Amino acid sequence: MSGVPRLPAPQPTHEEVLVMTVLEQPGAYAPAPPPSWRPRTDAGPLLPDTEPYRVLGTRAAGRREGSGPEAELLRRLYAAVVRGRRFNEQATALTRQGRLAVYPSSRGQEACQVAAALALREHDWLFPSYRDTLAAVARGLDPVEVLSLLRGDWHHGYDSPGTRVAPLCTPLATQLPHAVGLAHAARLKGDEVAALALVGDGGTSEGDFHEALNFAAVWQAPAVFLVQNNGFAISVPLAKQTAAPSLAHKAVGYGMPGRLVDGNDAVAVHEVLCEALDRARAGGGPTLVEAVTYRLEAHTNADDATRYRTDDEVEAWRAHDPVTLLEHELRGRGLLDEATVREAEEAAEQQAAKLRERMHQDPSLDPTQLFAHVYAEPTPQLRDQAARLRAELAAGEETR
Amino acid sequence: MSTATRQPAAQPVDRKPATMGQALGRALRDAMADDPDVHVFGEDVGTLGGVFRVTDGLAAQFGPDRCTDTPLAEAGILGTAVGMAMYGLRPVVEMQFDAFAYPGFEQLVSHVARMRNRTRGRMPMPLTVRVPYGGGIGGVEHHSDSSEAYYMATPGLHVVAPATVADAYGLLRAAIASDDPVVFLEPKRLYWSKADWNPQEPDAVPGIGKAVVRRRGSSATLITYGPSVPVCLEAAEATREDGAEGWDLEVIDLRSLVPFDEETVAASVRRTGRAVVVHESPGFAGPGGEIAARITERCFHHLEAPVLRVAGFDIPYPPPMLEQHHLPGVDRILDAVARLQWESDYTESPGSAEGRGGGVV
Ligand SMILES: Cc1ncc(C[n+]2csc(CCOP(=O)(O)OP(=O)(O)O)c2C)c(N)n1
Ligand SMILES: [Mg+2]
Repeated sequence: MSGVPRLPAPQPTHEEVLVMTVLEQPGAYAPAPPPSWRPRTDAGPLLPDTEPYRVLGTRAAGRREGSGPEAELLRRLYAAVVRGRRFNEQATALTRQGRLAVYPSSRGQEACQVAAALALREHDWLFPSYRDTLAAVARGLDPVEVLSLLRGDWHHGYDSPGTRVAPLCTPLATQLPHAVGLAHAARLKGDEVAALALVGDGGTSEGDFHEALNFAAVWQAPAVFLVQNNGFAISVPLAKQTAAPSLAHKAVGYGMPGRLVDGNDAVAVHEVLCEALDRARAGGGPTLVEAVTYRLEAHTNADDATRYRTDDEVEAWRAHDPVTLLEHELRGRGLLDEATVREAEEAAEQQAAKLRERMHQDPSLDPTQLFAHVYAEPTPQLRDQAARLRAELAAGEETR
Repeated sequence: MSTATRQPAAQPVDRKPATMGQALGRALRDAMADDPDVHVFGEDVGTLGGVFRVTDGLAAQFGPDRCTDTPLAEAGILGTAVGMAMYGLRPVVEMQFDAFAYPGFEQLVSHVARMRNRTRGRMPMPLTVRVPYGGGIGGVEHHSDSSEAYYMATPGLHVVAPATVADAYGLLRAAIASDDPVVFLEPKRLYWSKADWNPQEPDAVPGIGKAVVRRRGSSATLITYGPSVPVCLEAAEATREDGAEGWDLEVIDLRSLVPFDEETVAASVRRTGRAVVVHESPGFAGPGGEIAARITERCFHHLEAPVLRVAGFDIPYPPPMLEQHHLPGVDRILDAVARLQWESDYTESPGSAEGRGGGVV
């Protein structure tokens, strides 16, 4: 556009400006804003570490004893990630065989998925996205019920109130305010319940992410947000998504602590989440956790990742694999004998085989059920539509 | 800027099969080449070329400032588009899927749609919002909505839906050239539909606001748009081949829902005396209601039967395994045609008696 003024030359200093304006103002003169503006929280303690927090392969791990509750946890996490990896492989294979409409794999992110599930207590809630089927399965839900949505079966297959796992959520970040509301409600009712909400790096750009975190902090809701930063939102790398020092830093602006953790280190993620959930349940307010991980597969089976990333990058992350990291640690501490390995692998194989078998049976959906549950009571129009469909179906049967 | 800005090639180039997706991509490319103010942006439109590959190659050809991967935020995409349009650019944004446009709804309804009006014409919004829309592709929840009724109910927005390869090109060029905001609904399941087409000499097509008679007929008029156009044409062919009834159906492709071409529709219905409106969008308070009301207002004395609608059910879009029951198909369309009072007595719809009896669902 022509005639547009250019950026002005550097401004006079703060003091000069003040002098210029107050010269015309008679009366009291206070050069600094009154104290009521001051931040109510010290930003320092909220700041995340500069490097992702790690346990596996660090000296902190070496200090731990070879037995006791920590060894037990390591073995549990190990068995769960082995099963999780196998679950991902099986679901991807089922997609290739046309048994799933789509599968957004969490291969490479198993540590986050498993740690999230195991960090929860019985009465806590999980708010997963479409990529977090494994977290729900690791929490003990029936895999076939969890995969209902991705199979093309009914949108939602498990009992959310009963399992305390909210429906898998596809519109990005929209599950976050739900988690905050639920956590807040639990607190209003005096229940010691926390909500753990999962979201991707891309999802942090959505307005709902901002609104959820702000509400959570203002209400001091017992909510924990786990951002799985897997490097990409479909094809868009994190560098195009945010200019923040890290996603964990975003916490500071809301007045909650931000934690940065190695998302492929199941022990570290588990520890950070347990701390955050404990704090939340105890009334200490929300936490934002950024887990640095990587999506080893394409966004979904429908995506072609070669269009936007190099094999070298993927290979580098393969070397930092969540399953290998755990296995290495366990072996280094003499906690893993061949029997334990075989046991974990057999359990994983069994779960996969059962899943395969059940998923190869065609579900039978009753089309007339399309009109159920739109409202508590169907409207007259819906009743009419249901009747028409029934007549169509009956006519179809006759001509067959 | 017209849709026929390309010079005819010296040597006539053969028409070759092209998909609707390719024609849309070509329209973007030509619009960007012709007007440096045209900027394409949205989620995954750059490096990836969009999840449907419509913007494939644009970032490579025009650079990341002209075809930009944005942060993942539809309100941000539409809101910044408003600002860019204020500064004289001509943004073309992509909403990745119909149901993912909703976070941008406030910007669309509160600003995009009414900026011209609020500013008494001083600040038009020449932006195009491309929305891959509709079902029939086996998409899971939130990937198959027909959201046109929301947009139609918002004064200030043009709402356009192409059904052919030639229209995809011509209407998108017209949308980008328009000084008004256009919600450009791209029927997902037609992205791979093909027609013989020449990108050097794209067919001149009527502009936004003009309907087209896709098939001449005399018995009744099927009025439709977007993904249901091929279905209606198929229905018309099916009944022609079926000697029993032998209806000769006229098929109108509206092409643009706003503005709505009442003249073409009214002229047809006055001739045929019968009309069925067909769309995927739920029937209740859907586009068909508006269209049927207008036909009744304009053609009452020419009508032999009430205007009927064949629409998606009044339910949230169903899962892939059931979507074939939801989408208007040939049988349901012909069933509606059969109910157009050919025998002067009103024909009960099958099952309507049961429906009135309050059968449980
Ligand atoms: C509101 C909304 N916009 C767009 C989409 C389409 N979409 C699905 S996944 C995705 C990328 C998400 O990336 P990220 O949040 O990093 O999660 P990831 O898939 O990497 O786990 C996009 C754009 C959507 N689901 N919801
Ligand atoms: Mg991601």
